[in-house]
Amino acid sequence: MKPRFKTSYDADIDRFQGHWHRVQYLLLIALALAAPWVLGSYYVGELSSVLVWSLAGMGVMLLVGHTGQVSLGHAAFMAIGAFTHLALMLRGWPFLPALLAATLSSGISGALLALPILRLSGIYLAIATLALGVLVEDLAIVAEPITGGVRGLAAPPIELLGMTIDRHGTPIAFYYLCLAVVVLVTLAYANILRSPTGRAFIAVRDSEISARALGVNVTRTKTLAFALSCAITGLAGALYAHLIQAVNFESFLVIISIAMLLQVIVGGLGAIHGAFFGAVVIVALPQGIAISRDLLADVGIRVVAYPGLDMAVFAVIIIVLMVLEPRGLYGVWLRVRTWFQLFPLYRKGMFRRARSYLKTERLK
Amino acid sequence: MSLLEVNNVSLSFGGIRAIDGVSFDVNPGEVFTIVGPNGAGKSSLFNLISRFYEPAAGSIRFDGQDLLACKPHEVIDSGIARTFQNIELFDHATVLDNLLIGRHSRRRTYWFEDLLFLPRVRREEQEHRRAVEEVIDFLELAAYRDRMIQGLPYGVRKVVEIAQALVSRPKLLLLDEPAAGLSVEETENMAWWIEDMQKDLGLTIVMVEHDMGLVSRVSDRVLAIAEGRPLVEGAPGEVQAHPEVIRAWLGGVDE
Repeated sequence: MKPRFKTSYDADIDRFQGHWHRVQYLLLIALALAAPWVLGSYYVGELSSVLVWSLAGMGVMLLVGHTGQVSLGHAAFMAIGAFTHLALMLRGWPFLPALLAATLSSGISGALLALPILRLSGIYLAIATLALGVLVEDLAIVAEPITGGVRGLAAPPIELLGMTIDRHGTPIAFYYLCLAVVVLVTLAYANILRSPTGRAFIAVRDSEISARALGVNVTRTKTLAFALSCAITGLAGALYAHLIQAVNFESFLVIISIAMLLQVIVGGLGAIHGAFFGAVVIVALPQGIAISRDLLADVGIRVVAYPGLDMAVFAVIIIVLMVLEPRGLYGVWLRVRTWFQLFPLYRKGMFRRARSYLKTERLK
Repeated sequence: MSLLEVNNVSLSFGGIRAIDGVSFDVNPGEVFTIVGPNGAGKSSLFNLISRFYEPAAGSIRFDGQDLLACKPHEVIDSGIARTFQNIELFDHATVLDNLLIGRHSRRRTYWFEDLLFLPRVRREEQEHRRAVEEVIDFLELAAYRDRMIQGLPYGVRKVVEIAQALVSRPKLLLLDEPAAGLSVEETENMAWWIEDMQKDLGLTIVMVEHDMGLVSRVSDRVLAIAEGRPLVEGAPGEVQAHPEVIRAWLGGVDE
């Protein structure tokens, strides 16, 4: 690890810390652009799925990982985004305006719900958001004119720039569409984190008392975080509707909310990377289990397909990670990277967490 | 005219009167220290000025305006910054990031500008960093700039917390036990910083402190309180020698 010699404040403000950092991300983008030409259409579909879940994960990460507010009901905002988007498209709206409207509507509903809900904190906030998730499940059935009731809505093909994009007909185009949205949202997210807004989020997460003393309007900051988080999740919901082609109330059960929360925990709370790592796990795990079952069947061991086995494996992964590396897969990645950067000087205790001192007893 | 006027404030927690009719004035440019035995209500007084607590009675005026009309997060905008007894820094961030959060009250950009990182946001960021570097220079924190708070010694954290309060360029600084938990040398350094802040930056400082050596060295005036009530106000030497104060600390011989 060579220390960087900084000669201006811009060196710290810039998104990329030095040329090599920029080159790494350009390579990653190039890899993502090249992937569909190498992989089969099945894997392109899986990659699109990873992208959509990364997007949803970024929504949750902003709220849980960076602002420290738990939500067990984020599938509700995916539902709001998905149904708004499809309902508008089926009424003749073009794709992009409908997508924008879906993002805005879930963001605004997030802000409105945040006002009463964010008076709660910790476990009470979790329960309130859980109730919200259940409520939206039912609303999706009741509000039949918009959501198509129990049957739900089918996603029409996307007309964009003179092309017809369809997840099955043109999987590569759909993949590129998801990639573009994910890159834009990631850039905006990174911008937030390097500006006063992001610092206020992190301040609220780490010490509300101190944040308030430093001039952060805690209520407004939390509301903004909730709104932005819900907007991103709603956007993901709209793309998800196209990914699975048809949505109804069952597409956004509370279990999805919980899975999203687990996704960001496994990926690593407090880092954008975490949302992506978590998405890879969430998409690859059921496939991995199915593939390993087939492999076992090939050598003569028959395993019954247990429903919910992937969730159980997921839970085990979380427990193991929480014990060994509370910063999730991103933490593992940091360690591996540092090992290579410092080779052969890596020391065992480098990432041991330092003791923390007593905090002021909460003043509320 | 005095900068801070605390007039006859009272505070109750249920049946306990934590503060009972305390008044004091702080003049611009002075170091004013509040001393008292444990549980006397010193930190509660600070929390009243920070607006974390709502007084049951009395008024607090700062720089000619009614401080009780401010919300807690608006106090720093009016020019009062504070530190905490047990250090409330953000452990998982670097010293630099902590100081940048300290600039929050000076932010001028809206969230949607931040989202797009418009040129104005960059200019503001440069300005924030310039202000932060001035304070890093002033408090000689350059060696720790990129270090995580959680790896720093307690004494350095105390200085970082003062730096975090200074970057907002306040008029009044509230220091809640700046020397608590510090070694003899660190306390010596803290006395230097307090004197420097008073003389070079022209800051007015209100401090709660137990270390009487530090108190008598840096304070212009001292207020002793006990059980929420004011005992004596005056020069450090007078207060320390006052029989009421000795009785409150050590217990009376005549009882």
